[in-house]
Amino acid sequence: MNTLLFLLQKECKQIFRNTLILRMIIAMPIVQLLVMPLAADYEIKNIEIAIVDEDRTALTSQLIQHITASGYFNLINYGTDYKKSIQLIENEKAVLVLHIPSGFEKHLQKEDNGTLFLAVNAINGMKANVGSAYLNQIIRAFNQELRLKTIVGQALPLMPVIEILPINWYNPLLNYRFFMVPGILVLLVTMIGSYMCALNIVKEKEIGTIEQINVSPVKKSYFILAKLIPFWIIGQFIFTLGLFGIARWVYGIIPQGNTLILYRFLSIYLVAILGIGLLISTYSENQQQAMSLTFFFMMIFILMGGLFTPIESMPDWAQWVARLNPVSYFIEVMRMVFSKGSQWDDLKNHVGIMTLFALFFNTWALINYKKTG
Amino acid sequence: MKQFKGFIYKEFLHVFRDKKTLLLLFGLPVIQILLFGFALTNEIKNARVAIIDDAKDLGSRQIIDKIEASQPLSISRFISANQIASTFKSGKIKMVVVIPPNFYENLMHEKAGKIQLILDASDPNTATTLASIAIGIIQSYTMDLQGETKLPLNIKLETRMLYNPSLQGSTNFVPGVMALVLLLICVLMTSVSIVREKENSTMELLLVAPFNPVIVILAKAVPYFMISLFNLIIILPLSVFVLDMKIMGSLTLLFAESTLLIVTALTLGLLISNIAATQQVAMVVSLMGMLLPTMLLTGFMFPIENMPLPLQFVSNLVPSKWYYIIIKNILIKGLGIEAVWKETLILAGMTLILLMLSIKNFKTRLA
Amino acid sequence: MNEIPVIQVRNLTKRFGTFTAVDNISFEVQKGEIFGFLGANGAGKTTAMRMLCGLSKPTEGEAIIAGFDIHKDTEKIKRSIGYMSQKFSLYEDLTVVENIQFFGGIYGLSKKEIQQRTPGLIEKLGLTAESDKLVSSLPLGWKQKLAFSVAIFHHPEIVFLDEPTGGVDPITRRQFWDLIYEASDNGITIFVTTHYMDEASYCHRITMMVDGVIKALDTPSNLKTQYHAASIDAVFFELARGAKRKAD
Repeated sequence: MNTLLFLLQKECKQIFRNTLILRMIIAMPIVQLLVMPLAADYEIKNIEIAIVDEDRTALTSQLIQHITASGYFNLINYGTDYKKSIQLIENEKAVLVLHIPSGFEKHLQKEDNGTLFLAVNAINGMKANVGSAYLNQIIRAFNQELRLKTIVGQALPLMPVIEILPINWYNPLLNYRFFMVPGILVLLVTMIGSYMCALNIVKEKEIGTIEQINVSPVKKSYFILAKLIPFWIIGQFIFTLGLFGIARWVYGIIPQGNTLILYRFLSIYLVAILGIGLLISTYSENQQQAMSLTFFFMMIFILMGGLFTPIESMPDWAQWVARLNPVSYFIEVMRMVFSKGSQWDDLKNHVGIMTLFALFFNTWALINYKKTG
Repeated sequence: MKQFKGFIYKEFLHVFRDKKTLLLLFGLPVIQILLFGFALTNEIKNARVAIIDDAKDLGSRQIIDKIEASQPLSISRFISANQIASTFKSGKIKMVVVIPPNFYENLMHEKAGKIQLILDASDPNTATTLASIAIGIIQSYTMDLQGETKLPLNIKLETRMLYNPSLQGSTNFVPGVMALVLLLICVLMTSVSIVREKENSTMELLLVAPFNPVIVILAKAVPYFMISLFNLIIILPLSVFVLDMKIMGSLTLLFAESTLLIVTALTLGLLISNIAATQQVAMVVSLMGMLLPTMLLTGFMFPIENMPLPLQFVSNLVPSKWYYIIIKNILIKGLGIEAVWKETLILAGMTLILLMLSIKNFKTRLA
Repeated sequence: MNEIPVIQVRNLTKRFGTFTAVDNISFEVQKGEIFGFLGANGAGKTTAMRMLCGLSKPTEGEAIIAGFDIHKDTEKIKRSIGYMSQKFSLYEDLTVVENIQFFGGIYGLSKKEIQQRTPGLIEKLGLTAESDKLVSSLPLGWKQKLAFSVAIFHHPEIVFLDEPTGGVDPITRRQFWDLIYEASDNGITIFVTTHYMDEASYCHRITMMVDGVIKALDTPSNLKTQYHAASIDAVFFELARGAKRKAD
């Protein structure tokens, strides 16, 4: 037991003496947590549309009014030059170009048919989809209104209309930050924990001090514990800073559920993540290797974590991979506790699996870390 | 010149002897393309929804059938109103469709029906998409009901999707992944490699030797330069054959611009290596300082136009953002140098500035 | 000298695949002896020593270190030995005092014992002024002396030194060996590997390893007589001429 205390003392001294790194691993996540959620916003708004109106009648200006009044679109250009508008798509200034051909109103009234033309920049599939869907909705509503206004007295075949009421639970304002900030915090804590832990151990390997430890009567398990504990504490610290300092203070995001639940889960999670760092360090001889391996796995974990793209959208094989990804569990837990106020019991599955992860990685690392070669 | 070659050879040996680094250098780009191509999408493909059917009539059955028949949605279970919260808590079901009593009757006689969609908006993205899918299904049901009724004053909208008629995700992200991979790997590897020599004091050895230190530094960059180009050679065919992406523009221009980005990244790595005293610092700066910003501010994951102005400004400083625009134009729109000369100039300008900064910094350290 | 040798090695062998690094070596070391393990780089000295320290498992053979079996009681061996490697293995980012305290602690010394012994040690090494400075700021020779002192701080029975005097001037090396003599006088057995042949004459007995095999084992003076050599250098040349393994 004494040995462990001596080891811990040494580790803490070394870590806290390295002020540059310490400052960086605290400052960087904070800055990123401040800035990144502002960037990570999927909401489709202000869709840039250009309208070419070669008809220029009262009807078409009414239609255009409807489009601009809808709030979805940002009319960036209005004119009669079709070619110029297409250029706007090429320059990626416009997502949609609506072309109203000349004689539109006349043709509509005479032949009961009128065609509008829409060109869409489909490079950003989502924007294209959503933009054209909105425009479709608006035009259809306008069409219906037109019929009701014009056909007076005649028997207008009434069509059934279904009113659809979407109600958003847990996040009524559909605030993306509520969803992104906790998620990004998870990513940051994960990166720092695994990364710094792995590098720390490998550095001792590189310098050779690990041999000195190997030759001494220090138990493997104590040595490893002494490496994990300081980073576990640092991880908790950064999480706290992010949770209270940034999420609460700057963004005003407060978890619906019990914050203590988050910390309980975090504690298990950190053990698992640090275990991964530990494991990587047993397979690395120098810092560059440790860095390469950590980066490789972290990249995959982050992408498959369900933060930027939902896990439900993944094909079955990918969902299996996501199930093996510890990060996805924590992101889900964050979401569940933050937005839905889930209780500890609701998280039973996640806790169980995370504990398994923690045991698995650390045991594997312990076995690997043999003092005798 | 011979010395230069000798250095380059040594650097190649360093790199290729290290299997784990090779995993990163070659494995990661491939895996990223595969992930983005097959796994990472915002499209809802197989979402389970719950139904509260208080009508239990022909109309509700028809709607339920339509939902079940649709590809993105499938019905998981039928619940009652007091079970909504518990359904959501488990996290697997994100939408509940509520059909009120007398639905079909109201629809036929008063021509007005109501349907409620209750969404788990803790993931607002999924919620919005689910809602729009449901709305689409319900609206098409409405149109089914209208059937043969011929309507006066029909406005038709003919839509043409440019550049990406099949609305594939790959067109959006392949250039993004290219940018991400090239930038991160080059910056990270170069900076760490140079700092490692510094740490091991072998740097002094090299500097004391009778040749231009610039050669030493350049020699460190060359292997990563070539590895990055090689990565491109892997990524492009992979995207074309596995992801059905089409290359519309000139390959030569593509490679030329990529070369420019690689040089930018290498120069950035050089600058970092000047400032960092230990490998740890170089790694933390390259990795953590650059990973998230590059991912988020290049413009392929999230639209830059949506971001607050200060962030938009910052994104202009991220080289991969310009590269992404250039590559999109060449790869997907098939445009030539006339369309991208502005961005190319910006990128080249960045490189020059970075280069001058590093050289100045390097010289002052030597002095 | 005591009757039971403090190190007993019999038929110790280490193979890495088809390569035999240490080939069937046998010897004994008495308590308090300064035992030198000489040989060129790559001859197998370090590999042999690592087995004796418990850092590496022998492929074949037996050894008893400080009364403990090398196969069964590696942990007990570790408690009875000290070690100083080529890289000196002190923590550069800890101070002199912190290094002493740390290593004392992990070898089981109580806080009181550490407090008692530390000032004497620092004074003896002449490091009183530097005691609170980071080890990285010390010149190489002082680091070496400190590393050695740390290695014997817990009064082990044996201390293993792996090429401890690389890179310093002869005077500093001589001072280092003074420390070794002192330790030996205090009953600590010194097992030292080196490729400096002049250090051979400082040892009580030396062995010479060539290609993993012990080619000679005797006192330095006996060896010189045996091989009609004026210096250990010459003995070494004689033995190593046919060596197949070159450095590293």
